[in-house]
Amino acid sequence: MNERKIIEEKIFKLLTGIATYSLIAILGYIIAIIFINGFNSLSLDMITKTPSGGYYYGGEGGVLNAIVGSLYIALGATFIAIIIGVPAALFINVHLIRYKRTQNTIRYLLDALWGIPSIVYGAFGFAFMLYLGMNASLLAGIITVALLITPIIIRTFDEVLSTIPKGLHEASLAMGSTKTETAFKVLFRQGFSGFITAVLLGFGRGIGDAASVLFTAGYTDLIPKYLDEPAATLPLAIFFQLTSPIPEVRERAYAAAAILTIIILIISLSARLLSRNYSKSNIK
Amino acid sequence: MNAQNLQLMDTQTANLQSLQMKKQPSILQIKDLNVYAEKQHILKNISLNIPKNKITVLLGPSGCGKTTLLKSLNKLTDLYRELRVSGQIFIEEDDILKTNTNAPLIRQKMGLLSQKPFPLPVSIYKNVAYGIKLKGVKNKDLIDYNVEKKLREVGLWDEVKDRLHKSADSLSIGQQQRLCLARGLAVKPRIILADEPTSALDPVSSKIIENLFRELKKHYTIILVTHILRQAQRLADNVVFMHYGEIIEQGSPEKLFKTPKSVQLREYLVEGN
Repeated sequence: MNERKIIEEKIFKLLTGIATYSLIAILGYIIAIIFINGFNSLSLDMITKTPSGGYYYGGEGGVLNAIVGSLYIALGATFIAIIIGVPAALFINVHLIRYKRTQNTIRYLLDALWGIPSIVYGAFGFAFMLYLGMNASLLAGIITVALLITPIIIRTFDEVLSTIPKGLHEASLAMGSTKTETAFKVLFRQGFSGFITAVLLGFGRGIGDAASVLFTAGYTDLIPKYLDEPAATLPLAIFFQLTSPIPEVRERAYAAAAILTIIILIISLSARLLSRNYSKSNIK
Repeated sequence: MNAQNLQLMDTQTANLQSLQMKKQPSILQIKDLNVYAEKQHILKNISLNIPKNKITVLLGPSGCGKTTLLKSLNKLTDLYRELRVSGQIFIEEDDILKTNTNAPLIRQKMGLLSQKPFPLPVSIYKNVAYGIKLKGVKNKDLIDYNVEKKLREVGLWDEVKDRLHKSADSLSIGQQQRLCLARGLAVKPRIILADEPTSALDPVSSKIIENLFRELKKHYTIILVTHILRQAQRLADNVVFMHYGEIIEQGSPEKLFKTPKSVQLREYLVEGN
């Protein structure tokens, strides 16, 4: 190596290193800000109590209503998105394997759906809800969020399925498995880690999204018991409290943000562990 | 002169075929098989009889259509839209290429061994059990019995009996290839389609596979695609030499390799040795 190349190498290593580590630093900074600002309000009450009468003026209570509401909506929406998304992703990779152009068109459309801002889904969900004569409710929120995250789940899972070697697909068919057996017993298993990633991404997007639930799920201090009751969500709890002029309430907004972050972290970690155990037997 | 030569060759091929028809009962008959890709004519008027319980070797340089021919036999060409297939392939009176044939059922008559082993993403045991279950067997004891039987058939049982429930990924490539063979045999095929099955293997593993084929031909018909001349010499009962999508010559290895009639085969033999 001549001298110029050595210098080039050093500079490039430095630049890429700075880019990588500054990103991690920024992420750490964001989390730190949230926890520092919310630390004083992070109490057991926050996660075990619903707001009392004077909560929004700094009174007693917590955001249990929003925690439960967010979990209900994100779990419900993820469930619906899996039911639609898994067969769709498998269909694209098994039945449409001959039709490259159709595959690509569908992928393009799904990418477009992925890119639509969530407020547009919120507006659509709102119109759809009115059309059906429903009120802002848990169900309307679940449906809207499901619409938002289904393309994410399909495309993420599909991306992993499409990297499965064609030889494995052929081997399964050559044994005389049907396409359905190939899809569920071979491709699904082989792409299981992709399925987990897909569910995680979808769930994370669903639980953290404010715009799609703003008009459709409504807001309430109560924990919803039925699907037709409105539900509070953590992103909206953060939004409402952060706009308050009272410092204690603003502090609670950060505490709610910290809780949301922790929920996502817990789910992300457990899903990763699950997928690691499952994908041990995968072929590379 | 080319046209004349070709005609001559056609009659020769036809003669050889009729000779073979008389000599050996065939299990698979291919008639006027043509495969086109978008602009290419990959297989040109292939007519061939595959004798039962013999090893038929499809020999030829890369890109001559051997693999495509093999894939046409078990309808894997269905996966590629750009491939258009015409002609007839009969297995026990059923025309494989008819559009309404039951592809899984046809494929169960043929086990495929590909260039690189692709074990299913499950345990060693389940890889073989999967094939057995495909045949509708549900009884646990019967499945256990057959898993052992098939693994013994490919000489893998002693090597894996203590780790049946470990991932198939933990096996060496050579063992994986034999596992794939056992998995294929579990479906009880009549024919084994082997597409350069030793190309990813070390010499020792290759030898094991070759010896297995010699054993297996007692019960199965084997169609082996290879470009390794020596492998063809070692294994073949019947050699089909292909060049640019056409069958140039076929016959017993002794005859073909000692007195090649066509220029292409002569050149191939010179280069191959």
